[in-house]
Formats: sequence, C-alpha cells, structure tokens
Amino acid sequence: MATMATQIRRDVLRMVHAVSSGHPGGSLGCVDYFTALHFHFMKHKAQPFTMNGRGEDVFFLSNGHISPVYYSTLARSGYFPVSELATFRKLNTRLQGHPATHEHLPGIRVATGSLGQGLSVAAGLALQKKIDKDPHTVWVVTGDGELQEGQIWEAVMFAAHRKLDNMIVAVDFNQKQIDGSTGDVMGLTEWTSKFLAFGWEVLELEGNNWDDIMSVVPRAQYKLGGGKPVVIIMKTEMGQGVDFMMGTHAWHGKAPNDDQLAKALAQLPETEHKDY
Amino acid sequence: MKSYEILGQKDTRSGFGAGLHEAGKRNSNVVALCADLTGSLMMDAFKDEFPERFIQAGIAEANMIGVSAGLAIGGKIPFAGTFANFATGRVYDQIRQSVAYSHKNVKICASHAGLTLGEDGATHQILEDIGLMKMLPGMVVINPCDYNQTKAATMAIAEYNGPCYLRFGRPKWPVFIPEDMPFEIGKALMLNEGKDVTIFATGHMVWKAIEAGHILAEKGIDAEVVNIHTIKPLDRDAILASAKKTGCVVTAEEHQMNGGLGDSIAQLLSRELPTPMEFVAVDDSFGESGTPDQLLEKYGLTSAAIAEAAVRAIARKA
Repeated sequence: MATMATQIRRDVLRMVHAVSSGHPGGSLGCVDYFTALHFHFMKHKAQPFTMNGRGEDVFFLSNGHISPVYYSTLARSGYFPVSELATFRKLNTRLQGHPATHEHLPGIRVATGSLGQGLSVAAGLALQKKIDKDPHTVWVVTGDGELQEGQIWEAVMFAAHRKLDNMIVAVDFNQKQIDGSTGDVMGLTEWTSKFLAFGWEVLELEGNNWDDIMSVVPRAQYKLGGGKPVVIIMKTEMGQGVDFMMGTHAWHGKAPNDDQLAKALAQLPETEHKDY
Repeated sequence: MKSYEILGQKDTRSGFGAGLHEAGKRNSNVVALCADLTGSLMMDAFKDEFPERFIQAGIAEANMIGVSAGLAIGGKIPFAGTFANFATGRVYDQIRQSVAYSHKNVKICASHAGLTLGEDGATHQILEDIGLMKMLPGMVVINPCDYNQTKAATMAIAEYNGPCYLRFGRPKWPVFIPEDMPFEIGKALMLNEGKDVTIFATGHMVWKAIEAGHILAEKGIDAEVVNIHTIKPLDRDAILASAKKTGCVVTAEEHQMNGGLGDSIAQLLSRELPTPMEFVAVDDSFGESGTPDQLLEKYGLTSAAIAEAAVRAIARKA
C-alpha cells in the first residue's frame, strides 16, 4: 500500500501540473487514507460500477476539490483506465475539476464541490441501506474547513437522530483552508466534544501514519452497528510527501510549475505501478 | 365557451397528499421526507400507512435535499416536501448540485406557493420558484391547476425517472378536472377551443382563465383556453399551433412575470412565431398579508384582469 500511495502522490502532482490548476495540498494529505480504504478496508466493486451501490461499501468525497486524489485512487483501483488521468480538467473530460456524475465517470455517485452537501447525501444512502437491510458501510471524507458550512451540522444531527451506525466519516483535520489556518479563518474548537455532544462515536487518527491507520480504522469498524454514526478526526499534513508543500496552506489550490514538479517528483520516485 | 362543472372545492396540497399516498401503495420504493410540515402538506396518510418509508427531516431543508439525493442513489424515489419558499430559494444550491447536476430522481414537492398562501405574508409567499427551478438543466417543472390534476401529477412524477419540481397551494379551489384524467408530463391540456385569443394558464390561474373565457364570450370574443401544467418541458407544438390559430396570446400565472410561464412562452414565440402577447402575473413585487382573494385582487390576478389583457392582445393583432 505504501508504494501505491507514493504512486498516487505522483499522479496528483502530475495531474495538477499538467493543467496548472487543481488542489494538490489536501489531496496529498489524504492519499494514505484513500489508499487504505480503497485497497484494504472497503468492500467495493469497481467493475462493473453500479450507481446504486447495493451490496457493497460506498465512498463519498464531500470536499470535492481534492478530486485529484479521488480520481487517482479510483483509476488505480480499477474503476476506469489510469491513462484517463491525463484528461483531468481538460475540455470534454470525465474528470471534471470537481467530481461529477454528469459525464458518467465510474466511481462517482454525486457531484460535490460546493461544500457541505456530500455528508447529507451520504446520510441518505446510509439510510437507504438501513431501510433495505444492506449491511455494508458508507464511508465519507469531509474537509475540516468544510465543517464551517451549516448544512454539515444538519447532517450530523440527522445521522445521529436516525441512528446511522453504518457510516464512518473522516474529517480531514489539516487545519488549513484557502485563506489561512482554520483557527484564524473561523476557529472551531473542541472537535471531539462537539461530535460527542451530537451523539456520535469519535475516534482520532494520525492520517499520515500507516500503523495508526491500520489500528484506528478497524476500531471505527468495530463501532459500527452500535447505534451511533462514527467520525474519525483525521489529523493530516497538507502537502504530505513533498517537503516544500508541507507546513503551509499555500498549496491548497495551486499547481506546481515545471521546476517545482521535478523537485516534488524527485522526493517520490516512480513505483512498480508506473506513471500514467 | 365550454362550461366546466365545479366538482367540489379542495386544496391542491390535499391532491398532493392523496397522490403521494397512492404512489406509495403502487411502488414500495417511494419514500417521503418532510421538514416539519407534515400536516400542512397533507402527508399524514402516507406517513400513517408507511411509517418506515416516511422520514421526518426536521427544520433542516438543506440536509433534506441532500438526504433525498442519497436515497435516490440507492434506488428510492424520494418526495421531499415543504413550503415552496423553503423548497427552492432556501436550498437552491443543494438542488442544483446534489439533485439537478447529479441527475437524481428526487421529487421536490412545494406547497403554499404564490400569493394564495395568504395571511402569512411575503416571507412565505414565493413568487420566484418557477423561474428558479426552470433554469436548472433537466429539471421538470409542474404547476397543476386543481385537486384532481395535482393528485394525478404526483402519481405521474413517481413513474418518471429524473428530478421534478411539483408546485401546489394552500387554498380551497374549484375542482373541475375529471378524477380519472391521466396526467401527461409536458402535454398541454386544451380546455376550450377558440379563435380570437389564446389564454395559456398554469396553477390556480387556470380556473380564473376559464372564468375570463366566459367574460370574453359575453363580449362576443371566442377565447381558446389552454392549461399549461408543465412549464418545463414546454409543449412547444401545442403553444405554437394555438398562437398561430388565434394570433395573440395572454399568459396567466401566480408568479413573478420575470421568470415564469409567460417568460417561457414569450421566448418560444419570439423565436418561432412572433405574436402579440400580454402577461397576467405579479409585476416585480413581493406579496403581503391578506386573504387569498384580497391579494389576487390587489396584485391583478383575477379573471377580469385576464379578460382585459385578452382585449388588449386582440387590439394589438396586425
């Protein structure tokens, strides 16, 4: 999985570089968790992709701007050809700037990008699985800045009220957003107590540490079925894996130039999975 | 002018409630959501018979739309109900991204639309919802005219796969559409064939248009009255054929002139068949508190206003 994660980081960098746009920072921070879910924890089927997700685990990305890591992970887990990553953000692509269903990209079940909406949609599918007695899990990633959206808390209330204990939501706690640190822009504190007060199970995770991922995610899974939705406060480093992209919010929505790409890729050598 | 027998006085929201209940009986995938207005939307019959398929969303409309999209992904047919104002303007981006752009089979069910909500006043009297919804690519927009048509429309959209906006209202209103008339999405309904002017009406204003037809008949004017219950997709052929026959057009709706049915028909006619046209609608104004009849009178949404508009339109014919 570590080599796959390295390959996905290379994909992310090359995708955003090719179109001089996109969101590498949060993507790089979430690579390890995406890789662990799609290549280890999730019981999902890439081929043939079925929109309704019946009889399988389903993943939703609520903060759709980290589409590069999502697309690379989907392609490398077999949803569509890896070569298609080269079309990211280009005219007539299925890989829109933010994830969409409009072009029928396998793996995507709802458009996200306008923040705060994906968690509600995921709660709806989790509810459908409850109604239809489908025992599979709905996995969600949201941003931490995204929690500033009011709709998130409507969904948090709803999921607890409906006892959606078939959901595992990871909040990408990188503490950065476009305008700066989340604390400066709109400080939210007491994350764990907030979710506990809303009636959720809460776990904390070092999201760029494999050992921690491999021990905390099973603990989250163990809590499924306990009458409460589960949230993982996942601490990550924006830009993880590229030294000059870490420790700053500067790379939230900025692509590297040619020199920066070369420097970044040098820190992440190509793997057996090969560049697209 | 053909006379229609008034079969009763019923609110269109009750037609929705009855249609939802029937749709729920016919298809176990139909689920219903409501944002704390279950009684107002007459959803109790569905809720009581199918409690496991009724989802109380609380006063959290944005989440209700998202949850509906999620249920639709899983193969359910969600009917999400609240007042028209909270079903559109309040949740526009949620409908745009999670439902319309994502092409989810969600039915947005909007009650208490327009001025006839009455005493609650302008905060609740949305007059912009048709415009908001018809601008969304792929969204079907329906505004039925009476109890029976609303019931039939509710059952029809359950069988249509795609996002729909269904608009209905609060007041008791004349029922005249036969109970067994099937509802065809996108198909204009001819109510009276005439030759001098066409009145295209939607929602509550359809009955006013019929009344206007009688007023005009007394003046020797033969008005064609057409019920455009589906604002999108518009029945282009029926509208063009009627406008060609009569040579002038009046539209009537309980909505802003900007963005409503008249606007859609004007766009069609100006491109395909330029025709003198008059609009009966609210002219760039909010509503206010009052009884439905007082408000319709004050804002010019009456049968007399439609008849006067028809006379003006006829005078403009070349």
